[in-house]
Amino acid sequence: MGDNGGFIKKAMVIGGGIAGISASIDLGNGGYEVVLVERLPSIGGRMLQLSETFPTLDCAQCTLTPKTVETGQHPKIKLLTYSEVEQVEGKAGNFVVTIRKKAGYVDWEKCTGCGLCQQKCPSKSPSEFDRGMGLEKAIYTLSPQAVPNKPVINPSHCRYFKEKKCRVCEKICPVGAIDYEQQDRFVKENVGAIITAVGFDLIPKESFGEYGYGEVPDVIDGLAFERLNSASGPTTGEIRRPSDGKIPKEVVFIQCTGSRDPERYMPYCSRVCCMYTAKHARLYKHKVHDGQAYIFYMDIRSTGKGYEEFIQQGMEEEGILYLRGRVSRIFRDGEKVIVWGVDTLTGKKVEVAADMVVLATAIVSQKNTKDLAGRLGIKTDDYGFLTEAERKLRPVETDVEGIYIAGCAQGPKDIADAVAHANAAASKVQGLFAKHS
Amino acid sequence: MAGGDKGEGKVIAELDMDYLYFPGCTLYTKAKNFDQTARNCSLLLGFELKELKDWTCCGATFPLATDNIMALLPPSRILAKAREEGTALTTLCAICFNVIKRTNRLIQEDGEKRDKINSFIEKNYQGDLQILHYLEILKREIGFPQLKEKVKKPLAGLKTAAYYGCMLLRPFEEMGFDDKEKPTLFEDFLEALGAKATEFPYKIECCGSFQSVGSPDVATECAYRILGSAIKNGAEAMVSTCPMCTFNIDHKQSDIKQKYLDFKPIPVFYFTQLLGISMGLDYQTLGFEQNAVDPLPLLKEKGLL
Amino acid sequence: MKIELTRQKVHNEFAKKVELISGQNLFACYQCGNCTAGCPVAFAMEVGPHEVIRYTLLGLEEEALGVNTFWLCASCLQCTSRCPKGIDIARVMDALRMVVLRKKERKDHIQIPEFPEGFLEKVPQIAFVSGFRKFLS
Repeated sequence: MGDNGGFIKKAMVIGGGIAGISASIDLGNGGYEVVLVERLPSIGGRMLQLSETFPTLDCAQCTLTPKTVETGQHPKIKLLTYSEVEQVEGKAGNFVVTIRKKAGYVDWEKCTGCGLCQQKCPSKSPSEFDRGMGLEKAIYTLSPQAVPNKPVINPSHCRYFKEKKCRVCEKICPVGAIDYEQQDRFVKENVGAIITAVGFDLIPKESFGEYGYGEVPDVIDGLAFERLNSASGPTTGEIRRPSDGKIPKEVVFIQCTGSRDPERYMPYCSRVCCMYTAKHARLYKHKVHDGQAYIFYMDIRSTGKGYEEFIQQGMEEEGILYLRGRVSRIFRDGEKVIVWGVDTLTGKKVEVAADMVVLATAIVSQKNTKDLAGRLGIKTDDYGFLTEAERKLRPVETDVEGIYIAGCAQGPKDIADAVAHANAAASKVQGLFAKHS
Repeated sequence: MAGGDKGEGKVIAELDMDYLYFPGCTLYTKAKNFDQTARNCSLLLGFELKELKDWTCCGATFPLATDNIMALLPPSRILAKAREEGTALTTLCAICFNVIKRTNRLIQEDGEKRDKINSFIEKNYQGDLQILHYLEILKREIGFPQLKEKVKKPLAGLKTAAYYGCMLLRPFEEMGFDDKEKPTLFEDFLEALGAKATEFPYKIECCGSFQSVGSPDVATECAYRILGSAIKNGAEAMVSTCPMCTFNIDHKQSDIKQKYLDFKPIPVFYFTQLLGISMGLDYQTLGFEQNAVDPLPLLKEKGLL
Repeated sequence: MKIELTRQKVHNEFAKKVELISGQNLFACYQCGNCTAGCPVAFAMEVGPHEVIRYTLLGLEEEALGVNTFWLCASCLQCTSRCPKGIDIARVMDALRMVVLRKKERKDHIQIPEFPEGFLEKVPQIAFVSGFRKFLS
């Protein structure tokens, strides 16, 4: 708590994905106190859902977990997970942020993370983390390596909250940590600077009428494919299609689904799909040697270090067939999914009777970004992405002194760029703090 | 006044709207069954189709060339004259519906063309006529649940594939009839009649349209794919709302059979014919003589005669 | 198959005429081919609609008008409804028809005297009215 007129050299980072985590660690290592606010029960963000990352094909969890653990154990970083920013007042050097700590119905002070409750919970519902393909319990952690490794109850899946039955978790918990009466709590934090790193979402596949409005089960999006490929996912890493669990031999990947489409969806390029689609096709081929991967694309954007080589390797070594053209329509025909596309390089209409289709859907802002921006007093663009102070020269600052932005909340980018962006934001905060005594 | 069975003289739930009606040239002749059954059914449903006093062919295609104002004159005249007689106009033929509705929109939005057209046809039409397809009347003014209550002979066990074609649905911004990728209005209608509506992916694909005059083989192939898709998904009958589509998918089945020797014919109904059966009209008044593939064996098999 | 491009050739009178009649900006087309992919009659076309648009933009009048593509177009508007750049491709196809039909030679695309026996009686007038508008000069 600062004196009246004192500049508080403590930072808040909103968003616990790779950008938020990177910024927090930088600031913590720089000697500053950090409060990291994350709306999900544990930190890690989108990287938690990934299986392997391009261009190295490193295991995402192996790269991420050291960072999440470092964040969780860092003496300078205070984690407020399952929490959201409710209100922001004040200015640089003295922001007063009211945070809602959501009721998870588990007392984390008592919980030891033994996991018995999750084992015994009888309720299974489609998991948002697994993009609807897996089932999660009503009491859950996002992953076995969750930081913090403490569960919350989702009342809309919980039998006790819905029907006043069950209560198995309460009975089984050895330390009596279950508390169905828990309420949301509000805390206030005084900080000198805020970094907003709330990440991205994907445009839902249900948006695409010509692709079945999300009703064809074997048409999935990129994050869903990541879950299929993950050892911790719904199929323990085997590439099996959602409808019948069979291993697909003909897999069509479609880039630019909802991107570069000013007439119907998003006009911009989502920047990472060319790379992750190539990655998906390569990972698919690594597991299904006799399968064929087709990638419908308009252009290949592979601008990072090692990216172009990664794409070419996929073509040459894995025999991935790149078809330059869009897909007009997808529909189910018996056990197959019919894909009507075109190969503009030969000029020919192409039809593939696929077993599974993976849509690289457009990156969009998280639905509450605009709202949060409003509370912070910063701007968003027409698509809900946070607006930087100047497009080229001030990419991590906003119009408001003391409030910075980092990661995909500002616009689609890959992990390396998100980390660089976050490092830059942390650096700006440290610069701000250095100016004041 | 149209002849035929009025259904025990019971005209249910009087609507306060009779609808101005544009039949279109083909409904007057080759698709007379479509027109007649629609009129008969309206009476049973409590409204009357009041044919426009004086009308011409709509032109059968909305002119896509932006400098073609001549082609806009016939539909504009229809609109202007209809507006002199009332505030809402209905039609059955999907192509007429498309031409008239798109022309109406153009008149609403393009002041320069509106003035030019008005000066030529010597009218002062401002684009304020409401255009409704007959199915929209059934859905919005009557309601399918209410329609279901009036069904005397549910089409139980009849697996029908609703063929929308193009002109009802596209362009969506102007037609606003139903979702252009996954429409359901027609299926809801069929289910209200007690039939089983068969979903099939080709229900929104083009029948070939006027290519039956330009490149008939291409139109034959389009029709074959549509029928094949419907049959593959279990359809026993097709349902259409356009005499152009009906020509291509009903009358051209003989052309299909010449190319695809093991093609099995499937009857094609106008939706008002099925409506007529379900309302209890005598099947002999439903104009099945004009259907190319005889639907009577199927109807007999289902106990619907 | 080599073409020489100059600023006069690109977007020449022919291309401008097509744009005028169709009201569409051909430069907006980024050749994604979605139109061709969804076209119900493309199976019979020599080249897809996206290719004809390409020929037109490059000013290749002979190539553009020499294919059967736009003659086969049924104006079903599937291409238009799915174009990510909002181009009304059906209008472009019709414009190409008009360019040919409005030429001095007045050559009809279909020849009525060549219709098979009984054709005029069998086919409903709706097909003739629309067909004649698309194919006769």
